[in-house]
Amino acid sequence: MRYAVQRLIQAVPVFVVTTFLIYTMVFALPGDPILALAGDKPVPEQVLDVMRERYHLNDPLLVQYGHYMLGVFRGDLGETFTGQPVSELLQDRWAVTAQLAVTAWIFELVVGIGLGVLAGLRRGGVADTAVLAGTTFVIAVPVFVVGYTAQILFGLNLGLFPTAGTDEGWPVSYLLPGMVLGSFGLAYVARLTRTSLVENLRADYVRTATAKGLRRGRIIGLHALRNSLIPVVTYLGIDFGNLMAGAVVTEGIFNLPGIGQQVFQSIQLQEGPVVVGVVTLLVMIFIVANLVVDLLYGVLDPRIRRA
Amino acid sequence: MTLSRRRTAALAVAAVILGGVSGCGGSGDGQDKQGGGDAQAPSRFSVALTEPDHLTPGNTSSSYSIAVLDTIFDTPVYIDADGKPQMRAAESVTSSDQKVWTIKIKQGQKFSNGEPVTAESFADSWNASAYGPNGWTNNYYFGNIEGYDALNPEEGQPTTDKLSGLKVVDSNTLEVTLTGAFSQFPITLAYIAFAPMPKAAFKDLKAYDQAPIGNGPFELDGAWQHNKQIAVKKSAAYAGERAAQSDGVDFKIYASRDTAYTDLRAGKVDLLTTIPPASAPEAKKLLGDRFVSTAGGTMDYLGFPTFDKRFANADLRKAVSMAIDRQAIVDAVFNGAFKPMSSLVAPLVPGYREGACGESCAYDPAKAKQLFDKAGGFSGTLNLYFSNADPSYEQWMTAVANQLKQNLGIQDIKFRKIPASDYLTTLRERKEDGPFRQNWVMDYPSPQNYLEYMWGEGNRMGWENKQFNDLVKQANEAASVEASLPLYQQAEDIALAEMPLIPLWNWQDQSGYTKRLGNVKLTAYTNNLYTITVDRQ
Repeated sequence: MRYAVQRLIQAVPVFVVTTFLIYTMVFALPGDPILALAGDKPVPEQVLDVMRERYHLNDPLLVQYGHYMLGVFRGDLGETFTGQPVSELLQDRWAVTAQLAVTAWIFELVVGIGLGVLAGLRRGGVADTAVLAGTTFVIAVPVFVVGYTAQILFGLNLGLFPTAGTDEGWPVSYLLPGMVLGSFGLAYVARLTRTSLVENLRADYVRTATAKGLRRGRIIGLHALRNSLIPVVTYLGIDFGNLMAGAVVTEGIFNLPGIGQQVFQSIQLQEGPVVVGVVTLLVMIFIVANLVVDLLYGVLDPRIRRA
Repeated sequence: MTLSRRRTAALAVAAVILGGVSGCGGSGDGQDKQGGGDAQAPSRFSVALTEPDHLTPGNTSSSYSIAVLDTIFDTPVYIDADGKPQMRAAESVTSSDQKVWTIKIKQGQKFSNGEPVTAESFADSWNASAYGPNGWTNNYYFGNIEGYDALNPEEGQPTTDKLSGLKVVDSNTLEVTLTGAFSQFPITLAYIAFAPMPKAAFKDLKAYDQAPIGNGPFELDGAWQHNKQIAVKKSAAYAGERAAQSDGVDFKIYASRDTAYTDLRAGKVDLLTTIPPASAPEAKKLLGDRFVSTAGGTMDYLGFPTFDKRFANADLRKAVSMAIDRQAIVDAVFNGAFKPMSSLVAPLVPGYREGACGESCAYDPAKAKQLFDKAGGFSGTLNLYFSNADPSYEQWMTAVANQLKQNLGIQDIKFRKIPASDYLTTLRERKEDGPFRQNWVMDYPSPQNYLEYMWGEGNRMGWENKQFNDLVKQANEAASVEASLPLYQQAEDIALAEMPLIPLWNWQDQSGYTKRLGNVKLTAYTNNLYTITVDRQ
């Protein structure tokens, strides 16, 4: 418990430094975001001034950042250039991304570990070769190829899933994009599980257990697999953060209005408050995910807890 | 006790049923008058859209916003399929000197909240757009109305929030005084910025931007669900000529055109007006008659920084123009969907002349090289400027670079691909030292909309020509649109002879729709969503 609290307190400086760094980076981007909003049309100087004033764009970096942080402490995350409050925007988009990430993550977890165990137990067999070949393929092919192909094949031609959008809600609308998004991580999870399991099955304690006459199911399930899952859990923890942040391409292909799409657009538009808001939240998720991973280590391996 | 409670419940249920029935009857009658369908399922259809920026008429020039606003607002004037201005919310727009205009508003029109549409509704809307501190995008459209400067002072806050050139004579007469004679004024009134706003809007302009109330055939149906959907339904208050033939439209928002196209193929969205050029041939085959290609008003140009000595010679600029094979690029990059241009204005603009540019825009590598050498050739690095907003820019710039290499012998060509947010700043500050991509999206079909904004004073190329400016001014002051056209054409000839900006091609909008829709009448100016009928089968 104390450990968990300690870790959370460590997150505070991380939070301050990240927001400042991100703010500086967006600030340093070249160009005039307000001018770019108008496209090729002429904009009177007075209108530009009004807009720059409204978003504090004329102020130096530290003053801008100060305005932003003051707002954050009052619970105001600022607003986009089109006047939408960032907090409202995050709420809407966050739900979409969370649903997508959870779908992908469950897919990775269940199918990935399942395939890994299957391959690890039958090392050198047909299942093992098939899993190795399949995962190599998935890792090699870029996600947008997988995405578009899956969309055209399973969505459009076979009609098994909705092609795009969130109309049908969770889980139906999120199944196909979740599988596409999770396919890359799934390949890693399967391979990690397999390698780790193969190693552990050769370990002395497994031989001892076998010699003692324990049932094979118990040896694998309780002893070998539990020890094999430590690297897998590390990966799954970090990957949850990745899934939240790294869905730009998948969200684009399947028209899911999530965080990834928003960050991409906002960086292009140089909407400081949005980028900072989103990235900070992502950092928090990473921190929490890592904390959960560390706590899980203790469950999987009591030696870590007692040390 | 129990009994009485039951009775009350029964009464309540009966009341609800009765209310429901009478409600249905009412809307059913409405449908029978307008649509002629049975009153079962509502006849709605969906249109693919990109997230709009704003929904206040004065604060957006985004074509996506305008697609929505076109259904919920009637502008004073509209442009018919032939590019001619026709009356819509206005009864007449007249002037004897092209400077003081009298706009008569049609009587008996209502906003969807029941407020009557009066001359004041227009004055309020225009004043708000012109008021500098509001910071609205369409502010500059009101720059030629008297009193604009007072609302947009160089320093400090304006002392008034009303244009002195706008006079509400009576409830259906608006008098507009311009800073100078302007024959194209009635055409500009078709632009969305000139739509009226109800009094209710000014209580909370921010809320209005999210849920606009208009005077058009549709009204907003529920809140704007950002990045997901905007729904509109038939407005009961509407008494104009654009009676909706369906019950409503769902604008489904897509982040990618490719995804929207996939959804069109899957029948998940009924109308898509931006089929990606790369998918056009396939869509044509797949959709047959339901694939529509309309020539738009958007043009691409290649501009020269004429303030740079190396590009100061008009012959050199013409040589570059003649060395570009427009048809080959259009075929290779845009699947032949766009139209190579030999004129500065798009074909749908009144006063357009096919081949106005003559041999200067015809592909002739031999003559181009001759002219190029005569003009002294080019030394050093030729930098080509474009933004990273769309991958097709680099594709066609690459083709242009190859043709200039082959046909003019310029060996050292480099790309200056600039982030979209920095591109306009670069051009505005004249930091470019080579030809740049210039694009123009037409606001209203008048040669003035092209010539004055792109070649007029303070243009990006740094090009100055007094004769050109005088001709445009004369045309603006001409007695009628017809009388203005020859003058604009003379101005266009000068700009073509000097060639500070090379015309390349005209965009075509590729649209497609599903079998459910009937009576689809897309034009370059509007999607006419109100005419569309829905087959309920």
